[in-house]
Amino acid sequence: MDRVSATTSHVLDTHRLRADFPVFEELFDGKPVAYLDSASSSQKPRQVLDRMRAFYEHEYANVHRGVYRLAERATEGFEGARRTTAAFLNAPSEKEVVFTRSATEALNLVAYAWGLDNLGPGDVVVITELEHHASFVPWQYIAHRTGASFRHIPIDDRGELQLDALDGLAREGDVKVVASNLVSNTLGTINPVERLAEWAHGQGAIMVVDAAQAAPHRSVDVQALGADFVAITGHKLCGPTGIGALWGRKEILEAMSPFNLGGEMIRSVGLQKTTFNELPHKFEAGTPAFAEAVGLAAAMDYLGEIGLEAIERHEHALVEQAMGALEEIPWIRVFGPPADRRAGIVSFEVEGIHPHDVAQILDWEGVAVRAGHHCTQPLMTRLGVAATTRASFYLYSVPEDLERLVAGLYKVKASLG
Amino acid sequence: MSEFEQMYREVILDHYKSPRNHGLLEPHDAIAEGENPLCGDEVTVSVRFGEGDVIEDVGFEGRGCAISQAATSMLTDLVKGRTAQEISVLPKEELLDEVGIPLSPVRLKCALLGLGVLKVALHRTKGTPLPEEWSASSGEITLS
Ligand SMILES: Cc1ncc(COP(=O)(O)O)c(C=O)c1O
Repeated sequence: MDRVSATTSHVLDTHRLRADFPVFEELFDGKPVAYLDSASSSQKPRQVLDRMRAFYEHEYANVHRGVYRLAERATEGFEGARRTTAAFLNAPSEKEVVFTRSATEALNLVAYAWGLDNLGPGDVVVITELEHHASFVPWQYIAHRTGASFRHIPIDDRGELQLDALDGLAREGDVKVVASNLVSNTLGTINPVERLAEWAHGQGAIMVVDAAQAAPHRSVDVQALGADFVAITGHKLCGPTGIGALWGRKEILEAMSPFNLGGEMIRSVGLQKTTFNELPHKFEAGTPAFAEAVGLAAAMDYLGEIGLEAIERHEHALVEQAMGALEEIPWIRVFGPPADRRAGIVSFEVEGIHPHDVAQILDWEGVAVRAGHHCTQPLMTRLGVAATTRASFYLYSVPEDLERLVAGLYKVKASLG
Repeated sequence: MSEFEQMYREVILDHYKSPRNHGLLEPHDAIAEGENPLCGDEVTVSVRFGEGDVIEDVGFEGRGCAISQAATSMLTDLVKGRTAQEISVLPKEELLDEVGIPLSPVRLKCALLGLGVLKVALHRTKGTPLPEEWSASSGEITLS
């Protein structure tokens, strides 16, 4: 693997880091893209691409059941990726790390495999008003299927959870599940998951954390969070698409029914009876995305070498600068909490101009932002908008990206305002 | 022409800033609403029929991007005086020619939202055929 072109010093040498990302060599009208959509998906460093290529060229065969050397190499690559992921999340055991296709699949796994067996009338599922649909909808659906009620923790006008609503929710029945994201993908709010987990456990409920948007930018320690399940996704943290992971507490995973059936999740099959494999394989049906898991581990190594703390500080400086610049513009309204309580995400509205038009015109300036509801429609309803424009930052973002965003917004205003 | 001038042509901006037939008709014979989940464009179209199934008047309301709102405004001018049957099978190209700008697949959905919603309204009252993408119902969860 190539050396990461930065050290774990306090300040990122972003301009050197950018050289790791081939996408910035691509020019649009003579300029590299001002990529402000990392909250959707991040760009990929050579270190990850090279590792996957090497794996496919020298270590590739199907995993687990092969007896020949290539299959052994592949299995070692895959299981090594599991160890790396366990360490990345500070999981007590790698047996608690289940590879999935995405954060969405990880969250569906919990809702189906745990929810269908453990929920019923009189039970309450608690989610937040700023959940991503990937967490919101599976619980809404399973609550409906089982007859449990489905309630949300409201947010205040700054987009922060109103924890004083919790006691009211507890009076509505037996709270069995609390599900929240650690970082909101739309507002960047950093949610008090530790406190929610404590409250959930006080109610006898499980705590399910969607860390898809947190894991790329700050260290996620499943033990410190006090959660029972934590979901992440690879493509947002410099890894490939098609790979995510679920961490779950061993006792709970062991007691759970399986989710998908077939392949390595099976121990033995008879005409009338099938027994399931041990953790974590019990939840990994079919040929897993193991080359992608190897890519994910390379991404985790890459981030680890740079240092998540340094990345977080870098993004924090950018978000502060972005909010300062945007809040000065009278025809722009920024949503969400103050800079010191959010991750590197800024959602805003340009007065009188639809976000789709904003994003379209910015694209012609080489600035890539996302316009839409960001898979958080209940949150859009709460904010009273159909959609927002969102700029998000990562380790390769530079102040020039922001300057180009602001200049582009003035063009938007001049042409459509 | 710059990219901006190509897409946000004078006539698009004109329809966007001063939409024709804006506001829902009261009373109306048919109404439907729809949204484009990709970007949260919303459109409601109301129709009043004259003789038989001739569309005598159309009114719409909505919020969304310039393309979705301007295209719906253009559509209302296009369909008045024509029959429900005729409009239910109106080829999308006829509207797109009117809109007259290059559109990516995503923006195409914006431009065609109003037409789809109108076809739903006609279907509900006149039983005219529904465009395929509007007829599939894949189930929903309604919480009590
Ligand atoms: C907070 C949050 N949860 C879940 C997801 C879903 O991740 P994936 O698309 O990898 O399943 C995303 C990303 O879109 C997200 O931002």
